Amino acid sequence: MENKNSKTDSRRQFIKKISTGSIIAASGLALSSLSSCKETSQEKTTLLTTDGKLVQVPNSEIGELEHQHITPEESRQGIPGKKWVMVVDLGKCKNAKKCIEACDKHHNLTPDRPYIKVLEMKDNEKSSPYWMPKKCFQCDNPPCVKVCPVGATYKRTDGIVLIDNERCIGCRFCMAACPYSARVFNWGSSPDQEVTTAYSPETSIPSKIGTVGKCDFCPDMLRKNKLPHCVPSCPNGVIYFGDEIDDTVTNGEETVRLSTLLRDKAGYRYMEELGTKPRVYYLPPVDRLFPFEKSTEENSES
Amino acid sequence: MRKVINKQQTYRTKRGKALLGHIVNTSLKYKLWIAFLLLIIVIGGYAYYRQLKFGLIVTAMRDYTSWGIYISNFVFFVAISLVGSLISSVLKLSKNEWSRPLTRISEIIAIAAIICAAVIIIVDMGRPDRFFYVITHLRIQSPIIWDVIIISTYLVISLLLLYLSLLPDIALCRDRLTAIPKWKKMLYRFMAINWNNHPKQVVMLQKVSRILAITVLPVAFAIHTVTSWLFATTWRPGWDSTNLGPYFVSGAFMAGAAVIIFTMYLIRIHLKLKKYITEIHFEKMGKLLVLLSLIYLYFNINEYLGPAFKMVGVEGEHITELFTGKYAPMYWFVQIGGLILPIILLIFRPFRKPLPIFIISLFVILGAWLKRFLIVIPSLQHPYLPIQGVDESYLHYIPTWEEWAITMSSFAWLLLIITVLIKLFPVIPILKAKLDSETIVKLNIFKNEKS
Repeated sequence: MENKNSKTDSRRQFIKKISTGSIIAASGLALSSLSSCKETSQEKTTLLTTDGKLVQVPNSEIGELEHQHITPEESRQGIPGKKWVMVVDLGKCKNAKKCIEACDKHHNLTPDRPYIKVLEMKDNEKSSPYWMPKKCFQCDNPPCVKVCPVGATYKRTDGIVLIDNERCIGCRFCMAACPYSARVFNWGSSPDQEVTTAYSPETSIPSKIGTVGKCDFCPDMLRKNKLPHCVPSCPNGVIYFGDEIDDTVTNGEETVRLSTLLRDKAGYRYMEELGTKPRVYYLPPVDRLFPFEKSTEENSES
Repeated sequence: MRKVINKQQTYRTKRGKALLGHIVNTSLKYKLWIAFLLLIIVIGGYAYYRQLKFGLIVTAMRDYTSWGIYISNFVFFVAISLVGSLISSVLKLSKNEWSRPLTRISEIIAIAAIICAAVIIIVDMGRPDRFFYVITHLRIQSPIIWDVIIISTYLVISLLLLYLSLLPDIALCRDRLTAIPKWKKMLYRFMAINWNNHPKQVVMLQKVSRILAITVLPVAFAIHTVTSWLFATTWRPGWDSTNLGPYFVSGAFMAGAAVIIFTMYLIRIHLKLKKYITEIHFEKMGKLLVLLSLIYLYFNINEYLGPAFKMVGVEGEHITELFTGKYAPMYWFVQIGGLILPIILLIFRPFRKPLPIFIISLFVILGAWLKRFLIVIPSLQHPYLPIQGVDESYLHYIPTWEEWAITMSSFAWLLLIITVLIKLFPVIPILKAKLDSETIVKLNIFKNEKS
């Protein structure tokens, strides 16, 4: 550990010299091609330093910034120039629950209260049931943000609704206000005693007792030019994620135009009539990849 | 340690003896009652200690039923705190002389209830250590902030209302009561703030009291309306209703009237005030309770008929659950035992006698508490998206012993505050506030030693 630290010292100092603004610009640049998650260490990116100099930095160096700690205050800003959006193709979901597993693991959640739920839905008596993965919809008109008495939950410029667990007073009004039951509460102390990293709203770990939590589109991953954990973990490519401004979404395998996808596949938002303007779209459960099968022990209630 | 009070208290009038006696003499019954309340408070304190230590996990609340009996209890306390304005303001302003002996009781209940409401909401918080964030980081668009503002306003006005109407009586205690411990004498001297029934003071007091009686009205309406907005601003079935404000306010007036009847019966028995809290008071309060219950019934019908007729989606499921589901026994007990039967019975004169109306009001209070439970909990259990993929315990809500202990101790606090205030101050206004300054000077009740 010690040796490694001294080796990377000079590199760190160099990175320190670069202003945060340019770092964000760099990560923004890199993020513009979300589909290519692989990092090629040979490639270099041109960055602008605070002194106004242009420098060539290998992409692998930018990766070092993974450890950049985003404070609660910084986390309120959002990643500039981005409008994150998610599309869930209900025709592909077979309730594999890999997204839940990945999310639970990353956010240090216990299986009894996950951020993501895969719900068994049936629109009417005659239509066939389907699986509906549900996370926080990151609404553009978020009821939870409106009711928060202390501004512990907030809407960012990049569309993400985030929670500052160091501000949250635990009144649970946001849970009552959310029509989609997206929020969970840290009722007791969490099992993440081994987590040593400093708290950041972007990772929401270590979780804080007596405060609220929810799916957050993994902004820490987005800053690292990576997809949220649920997206690549899905074996069937159900979840598409991307940027509304770029008009591209990807499920890790294929990258498509958001507008085309929504238009061609009749994308919709759940309970549009509530006026919450979700940032999560669904594609109707047609042309199914899998027959609907219920694994008996999986669901606690039907 | 405690000095023996060897002075014998003398009273000038029978009225004085009846109304001041309980302040001077402390009965064993009183001590036992206080000890009993303290015991419950201590048990509740232990439960709260556990909640602080382990978190809200000790409650039965979970991600779907995220509000439990703490919140329904909060709504109940806010509801009964409205009586202060009802009796001391509405009846006073409408010149209902008969209600005068009840004003102080109702003001005391109002203060005790609103304090308990404020405390129970802190108990419900996941992070009570961050309570002051609601001031340092407040966001005015949140209905919770509106509630914080309006509750503190109401508390201040209620305290002033009680204190100002008490002033002449505190001065009376200061001047007349001799056989009391020194701290009590000092308390009265301090609290009487040099009140000596000077005509100028009396005129000023009357003016201020009238202003307060008027200001407390909109604040009282606001306090419960804003509390209803905590619910009405969400999309939950049963809460997403434009009817909720008047529904809550009318329910509060009914529950408050029942609490008054309940309390005045106990005071009448234990302080032997049959001459002052007479059968006429019960008779009149009974009629008032019928009127208030009818108004509440009207809003109840409005609250349930529309959704029950349409039976739309989760709203329909929620109504079905209340009418015929697992909450049906409680629902029908509340509606019939706590609303319809009391109305029918209280129409008949014999049921407005002290004991029958005491028992009926007990049912109304119980119904009112359970009604708040039914307003808060079943709504949360019917979200738009089905409850799946969570732990089995998330589907039900059966309060844990910690929740009950804390709730019981909040009631013990309520009763303790009421008891102590009654013990310290005359519960029936001794000096008529309605007297004009001239009469007071003429009567010269306050001719004390120094003059």
